[in-house]
Amino acid sequence: MDGVAQLKKRLADYTTSLYDEGYLDDQFVQLQQLQDESNPEFVVEVVSLFFQDSQRLLSELAKALEQQSVDFRKVDAYVHQLKGSSSSIGAQRVQRACISFRNYCDDQNIEGCLKCLQQLKNEYSLMKNKLETLFKLEQQLLEAGG
Amino acid sequence: MVCEMENDNVEEMDIESLSSMWPEEINGKQFNIEKPGADQAMLEDIFIIEEPKIVDFKRLVEITNYSEKGSSQLAYLVKNWEYKQAYAVRLLREELDTLSKQKQESELKQLEIIEEHRFEEESYGSDKRPISILDEEYDILPEFPRKRKDDVENKGLEKEAEYDTVIYWKQHARHLEELLEASIQREQILMEKLQESIKNLEKQTSPVEELSQILKRADHYLHFILQTAPVVIGHQDKDLRYRFIYNPYPSLHEEEIIGKTDEEIFTGGGVKEVQDFKREVLEKGLPAKREITFETELFGAKTFLIYVEPVFSKAGETIGVNYMGMEITDQVKKREKMARLREEIAVQKAKETELNKTIHITEETMRAKQMLATMSHEIRSPLSGVVSMAEILSTTNLDKEQRQLLKVMLSSGDLILQLINDILDLSKVESGVMKLEATKFRPREVVRHVLQTAAVSLQRMLTLEGHVADDVPVEVIGDVLRIRQILTNLISNAIKFTHEGKVGIKLYVVSALSCESGEGPRENIAADKSVFSAIIQEPDKCLSLSQSESDQNGFHGLIHPEGPHKNSHDDEPNTSVINGASMDGGEENHPHPSETTVWIRCDVYDTGIGIPENALPTLFKKYMQVSADTARKYGGTGLGLAICKQLVELMGGHLTVSSQEHRGSTFTFVLPYKVSPHCDNSDDPDEFSDMNGHDALLDPHDDDISSGTFIFGPRTLGSLFSSSSSGRDQNLLPNRVAFNASHKLNGLSEDPTSFPGFEVTSLEDACSAVEGPATSCQQETSMMQSPDSNYKVTVGSEIEYQHKENGQFQDPFKVSTCSSRMESKEVSKKVRLTDCLEAVEIQERFERSSQCSSSKGQEIIESKLKPRILLVEDNKINVVVAQSMMTRLGHKIDVVNNGVEAVRAVQSRSYDLILMDVCMPVMDGLHATRLIRSFEETGNWDAAVKAGIELQVPHNAAPNDQQLNLSRNRIPIIAMTANTLSESADECFANGMDSFISKPVTFQKLKECLEQYVT
Repeated sequence: MDGVAQLKKRLADYTTSLYDEGYLDDQFVQLQQLQDESNPEFVVEVVSLFFQDSQRLLSELAKALEQQSVDFRKVDAYVHQLKGSSSSIGAQRVQRACISFRNYCDDQNIEGCLKCLQQLKNEYSLMKNKLETLFKLEQQLLEAGG
Repeated sequence: MVCEMENDNVEEMDIESLSSMWPEEINGKQFNIEKPGADQAMLEDIFIIEEPKIVDFKRLVEITNYSEKGSSQLAYLVKNWEYKQAYAVRLLREELDTLSKQKQESELKQLEIIEEHRFEEESYGSDKRPISILDEEYDILPEFPRKRKDDVENKGLEKEAEYDTVIYWKQHARHLEELLEASIQREQILMEKLQESIKNLEKQTSPVEELSQILKRADHYLHFILQTAPVVIGHQDKDLRYRFIYNPYPSLHEEEIIGKTDEEIFTGGGVKEVQDFKREVLEKGLPAKREITFETELFGAKTFLIYVEPVFSKAGETIGVNYMGMEITDQVKKREKMARLREEIAVQKAKETELNKTIHITEETMRAKQMLATMSHEIRSPLSGVVSMAEILSTTNLDKEQRQLLKVMLSSGDLILQLINDILDLSKVESGVMKLEATKFRPREVVRHVLQTAAVSLQRMLTLEGHVADDVPVEVIGDVLRIRQILTNLISNAIKFTHEGKVGIKLYVVSALSCESGEGPRENIAADKSVFSAIIQEPDKCLSLSQSESDQNGFHGLIHPEGPHKNSHDDEPNTSVINGASMDGGEENHPHPSETTVWIRCDVYDTGIGIPENALPTLFKKYMQVSADTARKYGGTGLGLAICKQLVELMGGHLTVSSQEHRGSTFTFVLPYKVSPHCDNSDDPDEFSDMNGHDALLDPHDDDISSGTFIFGPRTLGSLFSSSSSGRDQNLLPNRVAFNASHKLNGLSEDPTSFPGFEVTSLEDACSAVEGPATSCQQETSMMQSPDSNYKVTVGSEIEYQHKENGQFQDPFKVSTCSSRMESKEVSKKVRLTDCLEAVEIQERFERSSQCSSSKGQEIIESKLKPRILLVEDNKINVVVAQSMMTRLGHKIDVVNNGVEAVRAVQSRSYDLILMDVCMPVMDGLHATRLIRSFEETGNWDAAVKAGIELQVPHNAAPNDQQLNLSRNRIPIIAMTANTLSESADECFANGMDSFISKPVTFQKLKECLEQYVT
């Protein structure tokens, strides 16, 4: 039981740190609320979906920005997508990166866009790591019988 | 010796009197020292006489003759002079008298001496020859020394006479001769002196010379003083004509002034005043001073201090005025400046203190409000967490007691949330943070919505009516959310305090002026928005009332922890009505530049308990309810009316109330709205025809559809509902019954959620995943109430039985909800329910629904009975989240990924609600909304075809007219926007959307949206 309690505490601490450091916002709580016995893997499923989708969008974005003449409308649409999904799962920092990205997009600033893409990638992989860790912890807790 | 002494005395006296009488000295002394005032007054006159320029001799004479003062002064001078002369004369006379007396005496002595001499001659006879010599002397003697000295001489003589008579006599004679000579000499001197005196007197005789000298001095003196003084001196006669004037200002010559009045000389400000002032003095006979400001062409703006004194004649009549004016313009200016400065300083100080006070108060208020708002916000955030957690908790398996506790928890939470929202609203309004949106909306639609919403949660036998006058524009511009908030608040208040009778809204146009005279004093009962919490708080009331009429009425709200939520399910029979109503014919509105303002008055009346007069003054105050008793009985925060009032005032209108205790209250608010007239004209036909369509559904009794009259009966079912509506329901009913009958054994229900029948069927199927939390709660409760269930066997037949028995479709409703008769059956189902897992795959539901849709009839029913919701969203994650939330809320939704698909979906089926993402590929939400609205207005998809969307299902091919009707009703379209900036909201409204929720969507937002639009 000690192990479980410890795990629980670690999970709680970790979750708190995610909120405190701004990786996640309340929307993630909403997501967690939607998870229940009927849908025990809901959060993981949605987040995985988010990862897939984001990965695709990021590569599309990279491709679009490599073009000779950048189609900013297209870029904007991708970022908008990413912004929408990140806000839906509560990935706050990704969402914020998207907002500044869109501003550069409006200005048709390629440099800024590229910088933002880099930043977005960073935030995304950070987010991914954090969430994966979180899920791992949850998994461990589950396995430990918590 | 005596004689000499006397002479000396006389001489001394002469000198004294003469010296004291020198006019120069006397005058000088008098002028300078003795009585300067009197002399000055005198001198003025004299001076004027002497002034060569302006002397009026005639007048002077007149003055001296007639003016008392002048004459007395002159008389005094003359008298003085006369006195002095008389004195001199008297002294001279005395001297003369003395001299003549002496003369007489000496003559007497001479006579005596002569007699003596004769006697001696007689006595001595001829012996005395030398006497002849003496005779020569004799002639002389009688005149000379025979004066007073004679006595003395004689005595001496008498003494010496004894010696030698001859010698003695000779000596005596010689002595006498000497005396006589001396006397003659003295006489001569005296005569000379007399002559001299007379000469002197002659020199002094002319008073004119003396006076003129005095006057000259006075003149010089006065001139010296006055030459630079800014003083005007004058005399005016009875007619206020100048008789003389001393005027240092060179702008006027004497001839221009003398004989004229002020008014004849000057024109401009102050002249009249000075004239009146002088006249006043003249009449009153008392001197007076006054400051008069002149504004004349000659002098410009100048202020004079005027002194006017009356002049009296000897008879005591006023014959004119003396007038003296001193220019004090600079002084007045300075004085005024000072006064102004002082005033300014005082004002400044007062302002400063006031400001300080205000600042202090404002700061305090702001701080307090800010704190309140912050606190409210801080409280609300965790509280909503608590409430939503509790909601989620209520979906899990709990025992009866836990459920009871949870129920209380939820209702309390809702109440607190409501209270905090109210406080936030208030502080927003008060701190000026609240921003009003200007959007187009349809008053009729709003009224209908509000009444529908109220009707849904109606717990009593009340009739809700709405009447919108013809002259109210179809579409106006205003903050619809706030107006709806006010209306909802007032209506729910009215319902809360009305136990029987009716509650209604009347809308009509008033002129801006007439609205001022609105309704008299204001009042109403305690304000409270939250009908739901109120319901929870007053179960007894609801029970008794609802039992009296229709037993199935009021219970849901009581028993279910979530009144409103449940109600939306329970209110099934009304659903069609409400849907129809909410789908007001929408069309695209093109903004028009020309806007006019129309004042619309809105009466919210009821036949409730009314408001006692003494409660009226505090009615709109915060946290005030009519009485503590009211608060206990009816609940509420006491903030609702305060918010209404503030909102109305914020929008530039005013809220009033009139009430009669036990008779009812009427709340009236008048608000200005902007109207674009062209819009109206173009919209009218559509609007009317459109309204025709669904008003017919709503209220067939109302012939004049365009008048916008809506009546919602008490939440009756079947027979109690208006005849044609119930007829319609009955028309539907056979389908429904048939459907139930045919499908119940299969366990297929067209719609397990939200339709009352759902519980029956879903229980049968043991699929509870989609049922609302409230429902399960309810069922659990009832299960606990009667754990031994006898009705396990044939649930389906039970239901069928019910249908048959009552022949009306509200029966399944009864079964599913809380009617005690059905409770035991519920229990049996509940047992099964608890056995099975709550979760049922969404897919499964989809299958079922698609199965259902295979039958036309079923589909109609389905659309009637449970809201069909379409989600238009391209983002997969968003779809998953939203879908999951909707599932949790007990709704199933169709999902499409862009605007084109959304239009196609609407073409093929009817929906009760569309959640539309704004930003989407292929076709965005705004465009899709426009196309859908266009269809609703015109009945064809031309616009969509033009936009490149082929018509998949010809709408005229629909076999069922009702479906056509329904699909043409206005579907509520809710935008889902990524940002909540107001321009984005404006865009949504401008494109025909009804509302918007900001992303990311949350449980709460969805729930609120569903409560508002899916009834």
